[in-house]
Amino acid sequence: MMPFDRLVRAMDEWARENPQVPVEIQIGRGRYEPRHARCVRLIPVVEYRARVAAASLFVAHAGMGSIIAAIEAGKPLLMLPRLQAEGEHNTDHQLATARSIGARPGLHIAADAADLKRQASALLSDSGAPPAPIARFADSGFTNRIRTFIEAA
Amino acid sequence: MPPPKRILAIASGGGHFVQLLRLRPAWQGHDVTYATVHAASASDVAPARLLTFRDVSRADWWRLPLALWDIAGILLRVRPQVIITTGALPPLLALALARPFGVRTLWVDSIANSEVLSGSGRHAAKVATQVITQWRDLAISPVDHWGSVL
Repeated sequence: MMPFDRLVRAMDEWARENPQVPVEIQIGRGRYEPRHARCVRLIPVVEYRARVAAASLFVAHAGMGSIIAAIEAGKPLLMLPRLQAEGEHNTDHQLATARSIGARPGLHIAADAADLKRQASALLSDSGAPPAPIARFADSGFTNRIRTFIEAA
Repeated sequence: MPPPKRILAIASGGGHFVQLLRLRPAWQGHDVTYATVHAASASDVAPARLLTFRDVSRADWWRLPLALWDIAGILLRVRPQVIITTGALPPLLALALARPFGVRTLWVDSIANSEVLSGSGRHAAKVATQVITQWRDLAISPVDHWGSVL
């Protein structure tokens, strides 16, 4: 995954302004290293899910891994879409994801870094409705069609 | 119950792999091997086997030979009859490499691509047996829509 320094910097600034709240940021290959939040390069997947479940607020890019993790954990998610022009992704599809999936209850989209910090404070005092629970697997109508495809081999 | 097929279920990390996991009932009872970029994902699929490959994307295209090497090794080990993928670039290589061997391949374009098919998905249309989108509006022949992971 490409670096997303804009998100890391914004939440590190938010951590400086809110020293009473412990903040941990997974920065991947990011260049900006947080000075106020705890910094980790990559959290193993099982531990990652436990962190999401235990957090008061989950902030991420508008990627499907984060969105599905939030929905499965029933945890509100605040997202900042990655932008191609900022060198944060190969395309602007996270804007499309934000438009198409970000409208679900419990999912929140920030327009920019300032909006992200503002919404983080607002959601921490009142996170509103969590995402509606979903089944562990995709709809059986979908998986049955894939099974038919497999068994035709 | 037909005899079990050898299946390779392959996806890059993050959202691609999470979407693949949500499709698991589709191949329950078959002989499945998973492949992704993080070895830690093994705990998600145990007792099924999980192999790993080195990731590559358009942003770090120079890693392509590493990914190609890993993907070729995975295909030789698994010798799949069917490949199912939810993207992205390395699984596209798997579909392209498997094509001359008559492997049945399905590209499930990520649900993230709600307005246009992914770049890899457009290429997959040339090499996969079938490409499906998770958005009804993007299902323009030969790309089909069978449902979505959410």
